[in-house]
Amino acid sequence: MRVLTTARTAFTALRRNPLRAMLTTLGIVIGVGAVIAMMEIGAGSKAALNKSIASMGANVLVIRPGTASSGGVSFGAGTTTSLTPLDCQAILRECPAIRNAAPMVRARAQVVYGNRNWVPNNIYGTTPAYLDVQDWSNLALGEPFNERDVLNANRVCILGQTLARELFDGESPIGKEIRIKNIAFRVTGVLSTKGSNMMGFDQDDVILAPWTTIKYRVSGTSLANVNQSTSSATDSVNTLSNLYPSTQTSLYPKQSSVQQANNPMPVRFANIDHIMAAANSAAEISSAIDQITEVLRERHRLQAGEPDDFNIRDMAELTRTLSTTTLLMTNLLLAVAMISLVVGGVGIMNIMLVSVTERTREIGLRMAVGARGRDILRQFLVEAIVLCLTGGAMGIILGHGGSLLVRYLLKWPVETSPSAITLAVFVSAGVGIIFGFYPAWKASRLDPIEALRYE
Amino acid sequence: MELIKLHGIEKTYQMGDISVPVLKGISLTIQQGELVALTGSSGSGKSTLMNILGCLDRPSAGEYWLDGVATSQLSTDERALLRNRKLGFVFQSFNLLARTSALENVAMPLSYTAEHLSDGEIKKRATEMLGRVGLADRLNHHPSQLSGGQQQRVAIARALINHPPVLFADEPTGNLDSRTSEEVLQMFERLNREDGITIIMVTHDPKVAAHARQIIRMDDGLIQNSAPASFPAQQPPGEPS
Ligand SMILES: Nc1ncnc2c1ncn2[C@@H]1O[C@H](COP(=O)(O)OP(=O)(O)OP(=O)(O)O)[C@@H](O)[C@H]1O
Ligand SMILES: [Mg+2]
Repeated sequence: MRVLTTARTAFTALRRNPLRAMLTTLGIVIGVGAVIAMMEIGAGSKAALNKSIASMGANVLVIRPGTASSGGVSFGAGTTTSLTPLDCQAILRECPAIRNAAPMVRARAQVVYGNRNWVPNNIYGTTPAYLDVQDWSNLALGEPFNERDVLNANRVCILGQTLARELFDGESPIGKEIRIKNIAFRVTGVLSTKGSNMMGFDQDDVILAPWTTIKYRVSGTSLANVNQSTSSATDSVNTLSNLYPSTQTSLYPKQSSVQQANNPMPVRFANIDHIMAAANSAAEISSAIDQITEVLRERHRLQAGEPDDFNIRDMAELTRTLSTTTLLMTNLLLAVAMISLVVGGVGIMNIMLVSVTERTREIGLRMAVGARGRDILRQFLVEAIVLCLTGGAMGIILGHGGSLLVRYLLKWPVETSPSAITLAVFVSAGVGIIFGFYPAWKASRLDPIEALRYE
Repeated sequence: MELIKLHGIEKTYQMGDISVPVLKGISLTIQQGELVALTGSSGSGKSTLMNILGCLDRPSAGEYWLDGVATSQLSTDERALLRNRKLGFVFQSFNLLARTSALENVAMPLSYTAEHLSDGEIKKRATEMLGRVGLADRLNHHPSQLSGGQQQRVAIARALINHPPVLFADEPTGNLDSRTSEEVLQMFERLNREDGITIIMVTHDPKVAAHARQIIRMDDGLIQNSAPASFPAQQPPGEPS
């Protein structure tokens, strides 16, 4: 018996009682619909998550100085001054898994333009490499500052979108001068929009400037010496700080030259707050971490067994936590949908058993005119599969419609998932085969004479 | 030529501990091209014998050769094939598929044949067969839209769709009035005469049996006598055949 004929016979049989077929397959419709909706909403939130992770810079590693402690009192992460711009250069030079790295100096200060002012979330002193690390190289307006600006500590900056909006309100900021702590900066460019990151911080509320400028002209309040026990000696050593003295009052009495000679402080060129580095790919993040650890331990002359005086964090950790949560939710809902499919399958089995009993005479007749057991088996099996596939198709439409509705009404991110649709088709056919087999097998085992005599 | 040959056929039903012998050793031969009526009192085992002849049931003992083939050797699937290709069935209660057109009812056995016919061929053969039973203008009627006689003719067309050499009919006129019975019987006679189809029918009615060329009487699981229909003993006195 040809498959096409069998399928047509099955359709004819089902059309004799359309309402019953509809109600029977409702379980499958709901189950498949739920699966599709779950998968599409799940895929949508995963895509949204990936996008927001990418906006924070894909494959980014953050290297922070370690914890300073004095007399058993720990001062928290990032309180030593162990990182220098030279560390950053060494990382870039010696770690093959690293694509780019940028030193970072943070400041927090009021920014003034004309009669407007704003306190941005972050004022970062960095190098042009930062834009590459953060995948932020496409500026909305103007140009980024360059390496020369960094070397010369030029007073130039790039504004984030939020700042451009708050301070300039529509007029072009390019070439204008803003003031940070009373120091004038020329705006060379405006960053493109990035939106808020996963924690809800506005990533556009930022100013980027050469780290040298921020360090020596603006800061003095970098994280490292706000609560620094071994007060940063670097500023006093650096000649630039004499030229541009920090406005902060010193906590400690100034050392005389004799005192300095008696207690020589380890001389560092400058300390920075952290280093941002980008690995070549997500796969290379762990090898990048190993390489950086090796390079920094050697540069900081740490003996084996001594703890690291820095720590490295990658975004992947965060990503993993977040995507595990979404995955868990999706799987949970999927399990519920699967249960609904099983319930639907039991419904199919029940109605197929009723159908076999009802059509006993038909089965007997078909056997009398030459149908073999396996022909009967196939007929009822195909009928169950057709029933399930019809339900599956309706479920796909329902689920897809549902997820579209969710998108328009709740504004949830939703993504059409072809794999979910394929899965739904196979699952509903599978349900048909599994739950249709027993009734079909029962039908195929009927005795033709008894079946013909059945009332 | 011998088409059907039975030797010592017995059938015993097992009802729990009690065994019910229904056929008690039947031997008979039926030549090709015969038109046989099987009569006998109710419960004498006519339907049981017909089921065995039609390869729907197996005898408890004895041998049955159909067209030279010993059917007891055949597997279930081979018997299904045999029923499909060589045997036609007509039932007392028509047994048509409800809510299915006459054409589809007639074509139904073709879906179980080994040979692959195209949809067009199937339709052509079914139409032709319905034409032969005089229902060319009722192709798309459902059974509920046909009279009893017409339904039985659809059933006959279905039985003949594969051109079987033998047609079995268990009380084919049992549900029909005398006029439509006559129509069906004349059709049997024509098929037997023109196409050489061997027909074996079970009946209670002596008037129906009179159409046959040979009458086999059964009584309590045994053949009482087998005689040509022209013997006067077969007809109630004073009634024309
Ligand atoms: N499946 C069965 N199990 C037990 N006994 C059966 C079975 N089928 C038939 N019989 C018995 O076999 C006997 C013959 O039955 P069968 O149907 O062959 O009679 P029949 O000659 O066709 O009668 P009727 O003319 O009324 O149709 C009956 O006594 C019946 O009770
Ligand atoms: Mg009977």
